[in-house]
Amino acid sequence: MSAPIRRRTILTGGAGLLLAGCDRIIEQPTARKILFAGEDMQKGLQRALMDRGALAPEYRRDQMSPYFRTNGTRDPGTPEYAALVANRFQDWRLKVGGLVGTPLSLSLRQIGEFPARRQITRHDCVEGWSAIGEWMGPMLGNVLKAANISSRARYVVFTCADLYGGQPYYESLDLIDAFHPQTILAWGMNGRMLDVGHGAPLRLRVERQLGYKHAKYLMAIDAVENLSNIGLGKGGYWEDHVDYDWYAGI
Amino acid sequence: MEAGTPTEPERPRKGPGTVIRRHGWVTRVWHWVNAVAVLILLGSGLGISNAHPRLYWGRYGANFDHAWASLPHFPGWITIPARYNLAISRRWHLFFALVLGFGLLAYMIGGLATRHFQRDLRIRARELRAAAIRADLGRHLAFRFHDEKDPRAYNLFQKLSYVLVLFVALPLAILTGIALSPGMNAAWPWVLEILGGRQSARSIHFITASVLALFTIVHLVLVILAGAGNEMRSMITGRWRVPE
Repeated sequence: MSAPIRRRTILTGGAGLLLAGCDRIIEQPTARKILFAGEDMQKGLQRALMDRGALAPEYRRDQMSPYFRTNGTRDPGTPEYAALVANRFQDWRLKVGGLVGTPLSLSLRQIGEFPARRQITRHDCVEGWSAIGEWMGPMLGNVLKAANISSRARYVVFTCADLYGGQPYYESLDLIDAFHPQTILAWGMNGRMLDVGHGAPLRLRVERQLGYKHAKYLMAIDAVENLSNIGLGKGGYWEDHVDYDWYAGI
Repeated sequence: MEAGTPTEPERPRKGPGTVIRRHGWVTRVWHWVNAVAVLILLGSGLGISNAHPRLYWGRYGANFDHAWASLPHFPGWITIPARYNLAISRRWHLFFALVLGFGLLAYMIGGLATRHFQRDLRIRARELRAAAIRADLGRHLAFRFHDEKDPRAYNLFQKLSYVLVLFVALPLAILTGIALSPGMNAAWPWVLEILGGRQSARSIHFITASVLALFTIVHLVLVILAGAGNEMRSMITGRWRVPE
């Protein structure tokens, strides 16, 4: 009747089998689909609990990280980018296009003419570390309004100067986050002009999401109806290539 | 025969060998859902830890800041997935975080509605008397985990550990997990404030997970010592044989 050894094996082996089984399970397309649907559930829940304009926490100067590390691309390293750095981004232009009434090509000086928002916020990397820094730049929403964004637009796509696998880094937001007051195009950091390590001359700050959404080295912003024609269709480099969540609010 | 309500003061003695109903369906369903969720969350959590195995106190913390703990690299046999993949670890973790959270919520409601918590987990003053604690400790050391006079009841250490897990460790794991979400930081800023910042929340999240892992190991060992077959059956069908 009793088979203690077998039961013991089942009980303790069960935990190990479950962990190993997870890798098998996720190879099944249906299981993968269910698991990946967690992203939409988290997004739906968060959006339901969160006021559209709810602000990420902002901090005081004395609460800032003494040293804000760089990560991802530290320098795009292409001849084109090196040329932009060489003449202090005089020739750099931000192209705002796609589903807009008035396509724009903005110099750094023109971007500086938009009213700037200054915010001391926390940057959370998907890997787990956090750093608090001060950012300065115009609200993305104001730039999109200046370009007369079309009512057909649902997403905003960012194209960058740094290359991943030979292709420019790209990311995207929906209009809820694009028009959020803390979503800014930062040209200043910690009281200075943005440096190369942190994404000069212009980077995105989207404070209610993780670091990989904060595209650096911005070159172009395009309003689009859907993300299916962008990259492999999931809306961002990491989303397309390593299964990161497009909604990075968690 | 065993269907009598457990609150009756004069119950017929349930002698050794009798099969009684031990666990209600609410407890049984939640137990297994939660067991799967906890194991997947621990495995995927260790995978996530490998991405940045340093823990800090306060609001910020990165490579150049002081870390109070440098964690080891957790090996593949204990992480989900076995081969390092932060994106897939996160997919498992964030899906089963919902299973854990809403499962616990449902169990809390069920446990209160069926009076399981009030009836079986309430720690009475007489159980905390030194003599009672000594007696329970003595029984544990003799590997006897039930009270002959009331075999269905949980012993004191069982109640304490279940109460700690149900009402402290699991809710704290969930709350500190919520604190790690930048979206939820905007929605519920008070969570970060009571936990002392995101990196503190991350540290507490890891410590709480360690407590849950320790509980799981001790729990499994005790199930084996108490009779794995009988204990497993009682958590599946609810039927439990009173030990000799």
